[in-house]
Amino acid sequence: MRIVVCVKQIIDPELPASQFRIDASSNRQRPNGHPLVISPYDENALEVALRLKEKVGGTVAVVSAGEPSAISALRKGLAMGADEAALISDPALDGSDAFGLAAALARGIQKLGIPDLVLCGCESGDWADRTVGPILAEALNIPCVSFVAQVDGEDGRLRMRRVVEEGYEVWEGAPPLLLTILSHESNIPRYPKVKDIMTASRRSIPTWSAADLGVEAGDIGKAAIRTEVQQLTLPSRESRCELMDGEPAQQVTTLITKLRERKAI
Amino acid sequence: MPGIFVFGTIENGIPSRSTLELLTGAQRLAAGLQEGVSVGLLGPGDAASLYRYGVEAVYRANDPLLKEYQADLYLLALQRIAQAAGAKVLLLPGDSLGRDLAARLAFRLKAGVVTDVIEIDIEGPEKMPRFTRPVYGGKAAAVIVPKRFPVVVTLKPRTFDPAGPMGQGKGKEVPVEISLDPAQARTRMAERVQEETTGVKLEDAPAVVSGGRGLGGPEGFTLLVELARVLKGAVGASRAATDAGWVPSSMQVGQTGKTVSPDLYIAVGISGATQHVAGISGAKTIVAINADPEAPIFKVAHLGIVGDYKAILPPLIAKCRELMGS
Repeated sequence: MRIVVCVKQIIDPELPASQFRIDASSNRQRPNGHPLVISPYDENALEVALRLKEKVGGTVAVVSAGEPSAISALRKGLAMGADEAALISDPALDGSDAFGLAAALARGIQKLGIPDLVLCGCESGDWADRTVGPILAEALNIPCVSFVAQVDGEDGRLRMRRVVEEGYEVWEGAPPLLLTILSHESNIPRYPKVKDIMTASRRSIPTWSAADLGVEAGDIGKAAIRTEVQQLTLPSRESRCELMDGEPAQQVTTLITKLRERKAI
Repeated sequence: MPGIFVFGTIENGIPSRSTLELLTGAQRLAAGLQEGVSVGLLGPGDAASLYRYGVEAVYRANDPLLKEYQADLYLLALQRIAQAAGAKVLLLPGDSLGRDLAARLAFRLKAGVVTDVIEIDIEGPEKMPRFTRPVYGGKAAAVIVPKRFPVVVTLKPRTFDPAGPMGQGKGKEVPVEISLDPAQARTRMAERVQEETTGVKLEDAPAVVSGGRGLGGPEGFTLLVELARVLKGAVGASRAATDAGWVPSSMQVGQTGKTVSPDLYIAVGISGATQHVAGISGAKTIVAINADPEAPIFKVAHLGIVGDYKAILPPLIAKCRELMGS
């Protein structure tokens, strides 16, 4: 099975709120030299791909559309076990919305050759729009199953467990398919081995521009956006936590009193 | 033609809770943009119950293939009725249905898309709708404006109150011709499994007791279940606990899981990752019980106990039982 996993590099989402700053000119989080990571669910998606490959054979490629720094996210993907990586990076993509990014990713994936499976995280750890994956499926004209926790493959037919409010649904479909992946006990991302990190650091990764991929200039960049972020604001949430003192019995008694004052019970 | 379009569902003859939430958003947009409201229905379901919420027209696509949810068929039908309705702003629920459909529908309609909206207002003399949504795990809020119409918008569940009655209570039903072919469905649902635990629904519970990695294992949830039972509430979990397989995914509270806004939220052994906190911002009182005094959950909690939950929950359950008289 040939699998392509789309990964996004983001500023570590677990950075404490106290260190979160807004860049008013771009209406984005200010990077401030914070660590960059693969968006968490994208790592789950990669883990799903690697396990499928181990089970049924095939190849896994990782693709990212973003800043040149995203090369390190792709190297991590290679170190985890992906066979191939490609970066789509071009100043012309700056300011693109989900439609622009999906247009570029679609061309990149077509250049690699339409795979059996395209996997994306179900949402990014920063903007969490949940849109690039489904739009990419449309751009590639392949079916999409969202919020998938588990995938099983048998004879060109795949079974997907899709998580919904009341439980889950089992969907079946034939490749090619695009799935957006949710974290699950079966797809906890592996840690790459030091040896594989070393090997991945020496791999050369192609960087494709929009022109290399034949992406229409009118489909990407700020000029093509369909919605605009007008403002990014910090919520004014300053709750001071009141801690209960004493032994557990005392703590519980005080807590109950406070809860009753607040009419919470 | 009414420009505000709601993708609605009818349950037991009345609009579903999520449809009523969408109608609140629709009423706000309709007033601000001076547009009418229409509802799109797929399949049967009584349209009349919608008219008392200010709905002018119900556009319905009826095809036996729409009986069960299937994304490809739903998208074909939705695109058709949204176009028939002349939709300018399309409202979809921000639940698993909307997550599956909204962005793809936007692609097909060459529309913009804004997801998980928590606030709608209308700006300036040009009367542009502005949509607010949480970003960066709730560390910030983004105000988003469409650069073109139509625009597909999903509303974060349990954020807008259900709509109240308004208007004349009169509307018309418009059937929309559609003929679907089973071959257009590229995927098939083989099975649907309910995991909902018994008792109060998590989203509706006045009290929620949630557990995380700090519980150390699935057995820790026994105490939480007991406390929730005494409080007549429901049990939730952080992503760490559902990912570990301790409890089903349907119990996950947070950005990817469910949004809850109970009067009382008790987080036990939950560190307070942004992913989790994004799902509880509507809770009136948040209590954190955690062994780690540095856990970020204490930054969002109102009341906290630093300590071992195994020592704290038993007396807490006993005290609550006394109070609740159960």
